[in-house]
Amino acid sequence: MTLVLFLEQTLNGLQQGVMLFLLAAGLTLVFGIMHLINLAHGSLYMVGAYVTASVTLASGNFAIGVLAGMAAAGATGVVIELLALRRLYARDHLDQVLATFGVILTVNELTKIIWGPQALFLSTPTWLSGTIEIIPGAPYPAYRLFIIAVGLLVGIVLRHLIVNTRLGMLIRAGATHREMVGAMGVDIDRLFTVVFGIGAMLAGLAGAMAGPMLAIEVGMGEKILILTFVVIIIGGIGSVRGALVGALLVGVVDTYGRAFLPMIMRTFFEPSTADSVGASLSSMSIYVLMAVVLIWRPRGLFQAYGG
Amino acid sequence: MNRRTIVHSVGLLILATLPVVAEAMGEPFLTTIASRVLIYAIAAVSLDLILGFGAMVSFGHSAFFGIGAYVVGILTHHAFNSEAIAFLPGDWTGSTAAVIQWPLAILTAGLFALVIGALSLRTQGVYFIMITLAFAQMLYYLMISLPTYGGEDGLNLWERSNLPPFDLYDDREFYYLVLALLLAFLGLTRRIVSSRFGMVLKGCKQNEPRMKALGFPTYRYKLTAFVIAGMGAGLAGALAANHTEFVGPGMMHWTRSGEIMVMVILGGMGTLIGPVLGAATLLLMEEVLSNFTEHWMVILGPFLVLVVLYLRGGIYGWLTGRRNGDD
Repeated sequence: MTLVLFLEQTLNGLQQGVMLFLLAAGLTLVFGIMHLINLAHGSLYMVGAYVTASVTLASGNFAIGVLAGMAAAGATGVVIELLALRRLYARDHLDQVLATFGVILTVNELTKIIWGPQALFLSTPTWLSGTIEIIPGAPYPAYRLFIIAVGLLVGIVLRHLIVNTRLGMLIRAGATHREMVGAMGVDIDRLFTVVFGIGAMLAGLAGAMAGPMLAIEVGMGEKILILTFVVIIIGGIGSVRGALVGALLVGVVDTYGRAFLPMIMRTFFEPSTADSVGASLSSMSIYVLMAVVLIWRPRGLFQAYGG
Repeated sequence: MNRRTIVHSVGLLILATLPVVAEAMGEPFLTTIASRVLIYAIAAVSLDLILGFGAMVSFGHSAFFGIGAYVVGILTHHAFNSEAIAFLPGDWTGSTAAVIQWPLAILTAGLFALVIGALSLRTQGVYFIMITLAFAQMLYYLMISLPTYGGEDGLNLWERSNLPPFDLYDDREFYYLVLALLLAFLGLTRRIVSSRFGMVLKGCKQNEPRMKALGFPTYRYKLTAFVIAGMGAGLAGALAANHTEFVGPGMMHWTRSGEIMVMVILGGMGTLIGPVLGAATLLLMEEVLSNFTEHWMVILGPFLVLVVLYLRGGIYGWLTGRRNGDD
């Protein structure tokens, strides 16, 4: 194992972690503040990816596509919140599970009706399709670096939003003293819709970014949803900082597992067995990580605001 | 007669006469579908034992279902090939006898539930949901990585279990056998939830610190319930393996756990009949709607949302006019 390969995989891990952070940040806000388990978060990611791909293909401009994808995911999120989810905040978590499961089925099927069953493919925009040599001797795809940059930027903006703005103050206060915030004249319902919309837009952004790297297909949301839940559980529900740390941890562990476990297994097994055993072990690795973290710290790494 | 007695009697009547009616209608495949419903009903009832009565939201219930199925699959595989089972001492070549397979499936599932439950019950709430999910996913990927047992493709069962004097290949006999097992399991869970043990479990659901303060070792009570639920799911898995004559890692995937959980909530959790109704509703809607339109999920999805919004207490609660929990 060479150092260059290791560094390259570290960057891959960070890039995956940043993608997960975009999803996890929204999910953890909704979860930590509104106490709502939203299984349909992955569906918003999927909507973001589909709309970005369609608009980019139609307009020929990736930036416009990304904005459209974020707007569409945000709008879808707000509609879902207004129609169904806002009546579930006070309910049992299980009611929320069932309702958002219903939302997943609906959004998936609508997507299939609108875009058809075939997967869409989106190529990397030309201005990002080159490579940059930040590790000497190992050119690295510019698009992946771009994702890392976008993710970090979002992290900084989000932190500023939560720590320094009035909206952020209300979000933090609403998480712990919902009635009090309401009693002071803040429209809690609207606050929640706004928070949900922000979370949905972040999910849409993640979907938009993922577009050029993955097949855009129905069901892509559920694949990443579980990973996202793992992230916020490891980080501690409701904590944006926890979401960032958890996301990077999961991204790096998952990527290292995928890259190095099959290699390590080859010293024990014949190549074909080693590949399949290695692949499964690496798929397992993040769940092992989560189980270990929870057995060690039953409430995740970071405590949420007052939670 | 109150509404509950009516619901129970009508349900029992339908279940008892279903194969005969199906044949009279000239639609014998209904019996096969109904068997599938009953098998999932066993899994759903077992989940409800911990979910509805103990507030333990296990999102990894499909693990035990899958383990039950794999025990049957693996034993049959070895018996068919007369190969010794490598990971067991001695040179046992498996068996196709139900009296060996099924109890072993139940016990293995129970054993895994003991280990998984012991670790998971250290956490609570949403963390518990996720850690049970994590363990189930680990088992899912483990089964994918075992090429001996089909890996991703799963195992075809060359033979169904042997259970003289019954013929499990006969759809009607299989149906009645599954029905009998479901009723027996319902009877057992009914005894459990109305016993002192069940009271402690329900107490934990309402206020665990208080139960602890009263001196109950709540961890042990919850773990015991978790193991019983795992065993129930193991039985359902063993039956499912026989029903489809196939076992695969898909049986352990998290979406399967979600489906079983949806059955419980849809039917009405905290009741014993609710999960049976939930299993029937979900599977039959899938069956009927998919004949009707390719895009049946745009009907099922909003239906689930509407049930949550307007039918509190699930279908059973709606039929009997009761809310969750007062069964």
